[in-house]
Amino acid sequence: MTTATANRRTWRSLLHGLADWSEPVVEWAIRLCGWSSILFVFSIFVFILVIAAGAFGRLDWGEFLFSAEWQPDSVVQPRYGTLALLVGTLSVTALAMLLAAPLGLGAAVFISEFCSGKVKETLKVLVELSAAIPSVVWGFVGYMVLAPLIIRYTDAASGVNLLNAGLILALMSVPIIVSMSEDALKAVPDSYREAALSLGASRWEIVYRVLFPAAKNGLLAAVLLGVGRAIGETMAVLMCTGHAVRIPHSLLTPVRTLTATIASELGESPVGEMHYCVLFTIGLELFAITFLVNVIADFVVKGIRSERS
Amino acid sequence: MSAVSDRQKPSVVGKGPAAALAGRMSEHAASAAGSVVAVRTKSLNPFAPSALERRKNVKEAAARWVLGLFTFALVAPVLAILGYLVVRAWPVLGISFILENPQKYMTAGGIWAPLVGTFFLVVISLLLAAPIGILGGVYLNEYAGNNWRTRVVALGVTNLAGVPSIVHGLFGVGAFVMFAGMGKSMLAASCTLAVMSLPVIITSTREALSSVPMAFREACWNMGATRWQTIRTIVLPNSVGGILTGVIFEVTRAAGETAPILFTGAVFYKRVRDHGWDSFFPYNLNDGCMALSMHLYTLATQVVGVSDQIQYGTAVVLIGLTLAVNSVSIALRVYLRSRKKW
Repeated sequence: MTTATANRRTWRSLLHGLADWSEPVVEWAIRLCGWSSILFVFSIFVFILVIAAGAFGRLDWGEFLFSAEWQPDSVVQPRYGTLALLVGTLSVTALAMLLAAPLGLGAAVFISEFCSGKVKETLKVLVELSAAIPSVVWGFVGYMVLAPLIIRYTDAASGVNLLNAGLILALMSVPIIVSMSEDALKAVPDSYREAALSLGASRWEIVYRVLFPAAKNGLLAAVLLGVGRAIGETMAVLMCTGHAVRIPHSLLTPVRTLTATIASELGESPVGEMHYCVLFTIGLELFAITFLVNVIADFVVKGIRSERS
Repeated sequence: MSAVSDRQKPSVVGKGPAAALAGRMSEHAASAAGSVVAVRTKSLNPFAPSALERRKNVKEAAARWVLGLFTFALVAPVLAILGYLVVRAWPVLGISFILENPQKYMTAGGIWAPLVGTFFLVVISLLLAAPIGILGGVYLNEYAGNNWRTRVVALGVTNLAGVPSIVHGLFGVGAFVMFAGMGKSMLAASCTLAVMSLPVIITSTREALSSVPMAFREACWNMGATRWQTIRTIVLPNSVGGILTGVIFEVTRAAGETAPILFTGAVFYKRVRDHGWDSFFPYNLNDGCMALSMHLYTLATQVVGVSDQIQYGTAVVLIGLTLAVNSVSIALRVYLRSRKKW
């Protein structure tokens, strides 16, 4: 036996020893990484809560939740009512979803059931690409392109308002709804379609009578995720809503959302002061809302899964 | 059933040419006192659509048109907006716009400094998020059983993906800027972006891994390989394309985000060297940096007297970057699908 092979053998046994020893280490690392997302969700909550807690003792919760007066910079008596901001967020989201939900569901049905081959691939790529456009660019489009158009065709005083933000947000959230509901339609087994086809159903009849009932929960979850995304959207609504803290009375009223308030005021409020902590409290409120929407969406989807299996 | 009985009725008059024809035929046949049945079967096309079929076809066509219109209404504005942006930005687009630094309070010059800032932010955040995300995907697909714990982990991923970007920014302020003592810096911003990127990488890795057939793993286990050896030598190499697609897609998202870096590391303006080696590494990890997305926001809303062309040019470069990287990811996916062996 030469020394070279002996050396190789010792090396190999060493490596084997290392493999035995490293396997559990690697497995634990993988486990940690798997749990990291929970860890981060939890720590997001904790870190924001810790800073927000600075305001809890002094904050009038009735005012915070049910007053529309937001005057954090007032020297005499600062007011921290977020009702108008919440209504702003909800109205922009509602308008966007009113447009995006039918459009998105319709487009998803068209792409997945009525198209095939090249056309289908092209449309899917286009939808995917439009989902990749950054939100700040959408905000820019609303601010620079859509606002002048709104002023020209309506009698609005300002082009950045509820309508503008709703339109931009609708365009932004449609791709998400389309791809999610396409997944939901794809999850319906082909045997359902074949059974309907063999009974002489047309494509629309299949969609309306078979796919909609079968994929109902998935489609609902797609819209819900779109809602969650729209509520949390920041840059686009920051640039398009017009920054007026008031409860909107028409489509052409400038509004302000929860997210935009944080984005525009956090930089100017002194660290650790009341205003700063209240902004974190708003962050907590946003976190809670989107958390709730996501959990509901998940349970809606889970319902369908347990039915299937 | 109803279609057949419809066709046999002789008096479906006034519902279309074929029905009218059938009606007339039967009248004619009755007056000629011949065999009604014989005349009808001879002169009628048995494959002519019945009233019910026609109604169905009309509905089908209407649905096709309306849904097609929906799709058009979704695709057309995006294309129109992209075209409009490029047309407006056309005069400034060029190599010098990309390679020059912003000048004269950002009202002139190019976008080099923010572009480099975005590049570094994305690269650092990927270096942090990719290993954790990929291993997280491995856990969910290879280790986690079908139980409530896995469901909680999956729910955590969904929720992390659904956290609003500005809330990620607040978390970054609390955790990285203040608690970890990084200050408002490029590192803090990258960490915030990394947390935001995590769920997307986890999800796409999981999908890529789940497309590797179970038989591959079983074959490997039968040779006496451990779980991790199987993953390292069989599962990961066979799904590397899919994982890469997800990671590349994440690049575009991180590059476009503004809200998470707004308070954690991006600054409105920072002077950097114009020429030489330094202009490629203009920022310190511990200092703030410029970012392209932030720059667009600044130009549009905060700075007075910026020409429209520069704003549109910045927007076009930002979109161009994200779309180009995204196209690479899509092309890679199509290519990998075409040469898939199983």
